[in-house]
Amino acid sequence: MSEAEPTAEPPAEPFRVEVAVEFKHSRPLTCCHWEPLSRYVFFGAEDHLVHRYDLADGTVISLAHHDSWVRDFASSPDGATVYSAGFDGVVACWPIAGESPQPLRVIPAHDGWVRAVAASACGKFLATCGNDRLVKLWDAADGRLIREYSGHEHHVYNVIFLPDSSQLVSCDLKGFVRAWQVDSEHSKPLATVAQLHDYDTTFRADIGGARGIAVHPDGGLVGLGGITKVTNAFAGVGDVAVALVHTDSGEVVRVLESKEAVKGTIWGVAYHPGGYWVGVSAGGGGGWLHFWDGQNDHEFAKVKLKFDGRGMSLSPDLNRIAVAHADSHLRIHELTDQRPATPPAG
Amino acid sequence: MRRHQACGTADHAFHRRAFLRNSLAGGGAALGMGHLLCGVPAIAAPFQARQKRVLNVFLHGGVSQLETWDPKPNTDTGGPFRAIPTSVPGTHICELLPHTAKQMHHLSIIRSLDTKNSDHGRGVVEMTTGHKRIVGSNLPHLGAVTAKALLPDDFPLPGHILVRSSPGKRNVESEHHDAAYLGPRFTNMAIFDGKPPNSIARPEGLSEQADLRRNGLRQRFNDRFAGRRRTADSEAYGFSFDQARDLMERGEVFDLTRESAADQERYGTSEFGKHCLLARRLIEHGVPYVQVNHADYDTHHENFNFHIEQLGEFDQPFANLVADLADRGLLEDTLICVMSEFGRTPKINKTYGRDHWGKAWSVVMGGAGIQPGAVIGSTNDNGTEVVDRVVDHGDVFHTILQAVGVDTRDNFDVGGRSFPIADPAKGPISELLA
Repeated sequence: MSEAEPTAEPPAEPFRVEVAVEFKHSRPLTCCHWEPLSRYVFFGAEDHLVHRYDLADGTVISLAHHDSWVRDFASSPDGATVYSAGFDGVVACWPIAGESPQPLRVIPAHDGWVRAVAASACGKFLATCGNDRLVKLWDAADGRLIREYSGHEHHVYNVIFLPDSSQLVSCDLKGFVRAWQVDSEHSKPLATVAQLHDYDTTFRADIGGARGIAVHPDGGLVGLGGITKVTNAFAGVGDVAVALVHTDSGEVVRVLESKEAVKGTIWGVAYHPGGYWVGVSAGGGGGWLHFWDGQNDHEFAKVKLKFDGRGMSLSPDLNRIAVAHADSHLRIHELTDQRPATPPAG
Repeated sequence: MRRHQACGTADHAFHRRAFLRNSLAGGGAALGMGHLLCGVPAIAAPFQARQKRVLNVFLHGGVSQLETWDPKPNTDTGGPFRAIPTSVPGTHICELLPHTAKQMHHLSIIRSLDTKNSDHGRGVVEMTTGHKRIVGSNLPHLGAVTAKALLPDDFPLPGHILVRSSPGKRNVESEHHDAAYLGPRFTNMAIFDGKPPNSIARPEGLSEQADLRRNGLRQRFNDRFAGRRRTADSEAYGFSFDQARDLMERGEVFDLTRESAADQERYGTSEFGKHCLLARRLIEHGVPYVQVNHADYDTHHENFNFHIEQLGEFDQPFANLVADLADRGLLEDTLICVMSEFGRTPKINKTYGRDHWGKAWSVVMGGAGIQPGAVIGSTNDNGTEVVDRVVDHGDVFHTILQAVGVDTRDNFDVGGRSFPIADPAKGPISELLA
């Protein structure tokens, strides 16, 4: 039996997260998006505008077209175009740069809310999902509808492309996850994540769905963020959760939760190539950033935010996280990984 | 010689019927109530109205006025939904009610309620009794008052029927749904989950002949007992059985399968859809007061998602009900009201919820001579205050009753004591009354 090699003590705080930028808007924020060339962070708010925050000088311009709140953004991989998805059922396509961008085109995407928009890594496609229970595939170049996927029986809360742009994964209100082929009509039910849905028998209403979604770079896992163990839907009493679903087998590999059972909902998820999943939460437990290694149910680090977070976006250099806050602030957090270079086994 | 521990009036007889209604509904609330009956004399009948009805749709938990009748799109309080035009030129409501929007020419909106209350229990009591809640006092529910005013003497069905989901943990409403000093004749009979009242069908295995023999035996025992020791309790029990038989003979009133397949499809398979179809059936059978509850709207968290869900269930069946009553000529004599215990805060909280708000909210009414297509009162640009024609629960109570012909300035005479029908400090919204 060999003697165990001495290991360095892990730092008390695996991550140092500091607010580097704080921008106060006039309305609570709903979402944010860091564009690929790292010039701007776009955000939506409880107004009908697309807001572009300039990271170089801190100025914001606001772009009008939507007739409701903006719920989600995506960008073309080349950093030329940003897509805003609204509760008005519309996806607007904007040039990212320029002093006064005007919509390049407007896609009447869904009957009812567009809940999510995603861009493929290959740059050819857009995907959207909405309250009409549909997932749709669009030609990113001209906004033409390529394919309409039906199969969900409830509002579709989120959608994402796998990294090779060959498949889409979507999740609805009741935690039903489906996979869709980009090049054909073929689809399959992938998983039922029961942990991300509850029917509250007292209030007689469903609560659930993937409020945030992210995919592992190898395409093997998709992370679905939401709320679990709900005891009171109408007060939002439940615990934060991210379900990891295998994109081939549909197995729910793990449901990531908070060690101290933070009350709230995960509103944004990302996978960091440093080897961990990040989620932002809001609710009775306040706003938090959660860090999970994916091998354990509970996070290895958790950082309290100044206020509840309704969305997040990783910077392209992976060192910063933008958070859309319910207290009307866009905050950009600098992230310092203080973990040992090789994390201890287990 | 027959002794009259019970007063022997028609009212008294109906008190005993009320016992039965509650038994049938499985509530058993009237058990032991017989002792209450002796002291309730005949109540003077100050009402002229007959053949009118009230249909009250109660949206429990406090529906958001901003997501229904008073949208404020693109303001700091407006939320994500848009306003849509209705069948009344110039009047817009929330896009969550597209079917109801097409029926707004039958309805009117009161956008200026200030009830100064944000408590569920108090709100239910105040909206359904028309009075401020006073601890220790018990005032008759709108349904009881309506039934008292409109129930024909020989009407074979209960005059006050509540259609709702099975009671859950949040059962605040049922605590305050009684007739108070009007007597148990006018207490509600509750029907749960779209099903007929419990035990309305003869048990399987009991033949009609056996049932008749059993009832005959019961009647003989009853008569023998009454001949020696007649009491209010014994009369109540006896009459309960009589009305049970009446109701059992009219079980088809509660049987939705007698409606056409097309109508059942139009109203849908949701519980609320079935309840609306049942309400139509009850109104067609002349029940004076029908209340349909829909729950729940207490959306402190994710108000917008939950209003999509709940109003998505509400909209089409309710619109069908309004349209059908109009098409069948029943709306002329049927007052429709849509109310809650309060509205919801204009301010949106951090989890996209809205909280309790009694300061500026809305109620809808129509039919029975209510001016159609009107908008009464208004709120400011972002809905935080009433700026025109403030009204409250007392005014709404007067208006509903006056629309069905009740003189709300009159009093109930109960045992020589006078009780105002409605709060004398309030009055009807006169511009709504034709």
